[in-house]
Amino acid sequence: MPTLETTFAGIKCLNPFWLASAPPTNCGEQIMRAFDAGWGGAVWKTIGAPVTNVSSRYSSMDLNGQKMVGFNNIELISDRPTELNLREMAEVKRRYPKHQVIASLMVESKREAWHEMVKRAEDTGCDGLELNFGCPHGMSERGMGSAVGQVPEYCAQITEWVKEVARTPVIVKLTPNISDIRVPARAAKAAGADALSAINTINSITGIDLDTLEPRPKVDGKSSHGGYCGPAVKPIALNMVQQVMSDPNAALPLSGIGGIGTWQDAAEFILLGAGNVQVCTAAMHYGYRIVEDMADGLLNWMSKKGYETIDDFRGASLPRVDDWKNLNMNYHVVAHIHEDKCIGCQLCYTACWDGAHQCIHLDRVGDGPRTYETPDQVFAESLRKVSTTPIPKLDLDGPGLDGPYRTPLSRIPRVDEHHCVGCNLCSLVCPVPDCITMERQDKAPEPITWAERVAAGYVPDGVHGPNDFNPNL
Amino acid sequence: MSESKSFAAQAPVSAEIAARFPDLHPPFDATAAVVEAHRCLYCFDAPCMQACPTHIDVPKFIKKIATGNLEGSAKTILDANILGASCSRACPVDVLCEGACVMHRYNKEPIEIGRLQRFAMEALHESGAPLPFTPGADTGKAVALIGGGPASLSCAAELRRRGIRAVIYDARSLPGGLNTYGIAEYKLTLRASLQEVDLLAQLGVEFQFNTVVDAELLAKLEAEYDAVFLGIGLGAIHKLGVTGEALAGVTDALNYIADYKSGALTSAPERVAVVGAGNTAIDAANAAVRLGAREVHMVYRRGPAQMSAFAFEYEHAKQEGVKFLWHVQPTKVIGDGKVEGLELAQYAPSSDGSLVPTGETFVLPVDEIVLAIGQATHSDFLGGDAAKVKLERGRIVIDRATGQTTNPKYFAGGDCTNGGREVVDAVADGKRAGVGIAAYLQSGEARINHSTFAATPWAITAEVLY
Repeated sequence: MPTLETTFAGIKCLNPFWLASAPPTNCGEQIMRAFDAGWGGAVWKTIGAPVTNVSSRYSSMDLNGQKMVGFNNIELISDRPTELNLREMAEVKRRYPKHQVIASLMVESKREAWHEMVKRAEDTGCDGLELNFGCPHGMSERGMGSAVGQVPEYCAQITEWVKEVARTPVIVKLTPNISDIRVPARAAKAAGADALSAINTINSITGIDLDTLEPRPKVDGKSSHGGYCGPAVKPIALNMVQQVMSDPNAALPLSGIGGIGTWQDAAEFILLGAGNVQVCTAAMHYGYRIVEDMADGLLNWMSKKGYETIDDFRGASLPRVDDWKNLNMNYHVVAHIHEDKCIGCQLCYTACWDGAHQCIHLDRVGDGPRTYETPDQVFAESLRKVSTTPIPKLDLDGPGLDGPYRTPLSRIPRVDEHHCVGCNLCSLVCPVPDCITMERQDKAPEPITWAERVAAGYVPDGVHGPNDFNPNL
Repeated sequence: MSESKSFAAQAPVSAEIAARFPDLHPPFDATAAVVEAHRCLYCFDAPCMQACPTHIDVPKFIKKIATGNLEGSAKTILDANILGASCSRACPVDVLCEGACVMHRYNKEPIEIGRLQRFAMEALHESGAPLPFTPGADTGKAVALIGGGPASLSCAAELRRRGIRAVIYDARSLPGGLNTYGIAEYKLTLRASLQEVDLLAQLGVEFQFNTVVDAELLAKLEAEYDAVFLGIGLGAIHKLGVTGEALAGVTDALNYIADYKSGALTSAPERVAVVGAGNTAIDAANAAVRLGAREVHMVYRRGPAQMSAFAFEYEHAKQEGVKFLWHVQPTKVIGDGKVEGLELAQYAPSSDGSLVPTGETFVLPVDEIVLAIGQATHSDFLGGDAAKVKLERGRIVIDRATGQTTNPKYFAGGDCTNGGREVVDAVADGKRAGVGIAAYLQSGEARINHSTFAATPWAITAEVLY
């Protein structure tokens, strides 16, 4: 039987699902309910100097009816007294000794201030410390949060201060608001950090109210840049996790964060090297209960793949991310439309013409290939044909009498396989699963990469496009 | 036109009818409309657009609902179909746009195009905004339109947009024709129909009510106007031709529907028989049920497979509780002063499709008989032997692309040309004729160049043409 139990940076974990430092971990009562719901650990909402929040402080981006695809906040660290947070933290650890509680800290950039806070936090019995070097709003203006995370020297300095007194593992949380996330990660590693977590939120403005012209979230007629998170940021987070984990000078046990809301998301972060994951937006959207499916789904997937533990697949996809120059240019796929599944929406056709390489045509019915007929011409011709319309009694020869609704051949697009560049766009826009598949048609049996070709002297490095002098064409 | 004179304000209001005929398909609320709009795939050269007789750019107007651009959505609809509101409710969408939706081939429910169209149109009507079109610069030309139904209204709108005066002559006291008087109230309310005509009046369409056009008046109109559009629909409903038909309690479906819609009829007797099995017969039978009849029979001489009503109308009638008597033919109306029964001869269907009398008859006890066995044509006033326009089996012959009749000055469209189809077909006819008349008046030639029209993409507004 596979297990979700794992060890992260020396911390024994019931499962890899932690709540990230955020509103869902604001107080002991919340965290205990979360543990009851199945979360393995929680990173307490950042403790530090007293703050006052504004309202409103959250906003979101909805997409085609899907709510909160991207989420944004201008909330600061915990606005509760430090004493109260620490007292509750101790109480949670007393009641839930097997669950992990991580204290997230952010204090003034002074050695003594950090020493004192680390000691007070560890006195609660917490399992580890997370240094919040990422918060992009409010705190950064006071020289904390991402103001620290964006400067590798500060990152290293504070990590060193913390490590001077810390008895539990120290996790450095990285900000994505930087051009190369590996730089602060290397600094943290060099300074002795035990682990990393990535990513914090991304600077964002989610949108503007077109009636009042106020950006969101609205604070008395104004707004401010906030931290972006939620499903929309996952691809960015995955890339940053891969970058850090592929760099020997940066790689440490890493807690993956950024748009994780399902077991698939978690598996993807772990496949790129994360040792566990932290979740916030999904819990804010749907409540703590979502962890049940995350754990159940991940276990089921592990069983199917034959993985016993998280470590069995951790980082398994890392070797598969490489530089572009090392990709096989002789590998080639072409789009294939499965006529039996095609519903005739022709989204692939218009996408290929306007958005890709003009390799899909609507000329299955007619005198022959009409590969230079543009969508506008096709549309105009169609309108001419229907200038007067009969009323067919469609209900009399609908489904049942004539089999299922079949798509007329004239509406099923044709792929010009000779010209298809294999870009994939058509299969991405097709609404029907498996209707457009990409079929392998290698350009040559032997793989060849750009790097190999340059090395062999076929092209001057960086001068020509990838297909211009392909010796195999 | 002043507010106090708006047609909608003149609509007879009957609380009882409103309660008995609530919306068959309730409107979308804003959230549901946006969700449904997002379900639309935004097909290229969409089949729904091809299936719509007026060729509304359906994906375009639905996309605009999805983005909250309701003004743009309404304009997209009206661009192709000036009676977008009534069509959104009266259209048999199952066999037109929604019937063509590609979702059928994906084992999914089609996009609810009709309800989305209604959503966009009602948003426009509720906003109080005028039609998003302005009358064209006055050309000094004028056209008389006979009949105030959908074909004439649609034609008149096209004319006004091109600066041509459009005067509609109607025998009734309110405009809209079958839209106002002939469509079941739970599909299209009388008031909603008039509201829509109000917008056309704002565009400068003029109306002459309570005016029956006879041969004499027609001659006058022909002399006064630059062209004449015939949107006269069909005539009276056929008679059975059996004894007793004159008894009190025998009526016809069109009068029946018009009477309850205008509030003149608010109840039905215990037992009603509707003769016929077309869509109008179904509307009448459902109305009888909703007006309180305990037993409503539809009487049809052939079988369910041959009925002309749409399948979904048949299903609806069954749900309303209407009973069906197949293979029977009325032979006599029985009663003393008023209807008491309908004598029916039983037939047997034979393999070649013909009906064989079995010799048996029986009497269906009824208190009211509603006839819905097709309408006569209504073209007497067009002249007998020296006909102004060519007719074929009572229908006015037109060039389908331009609406022009054999008499260059006369154009026609709607039921009088096609024998009775949907509102949306009449709108499409009227639109084509409106563009055709404008071309005729502009060119000064008797015959319009058909090739221009045969190549006209009708979904694209006629501005493109000139």
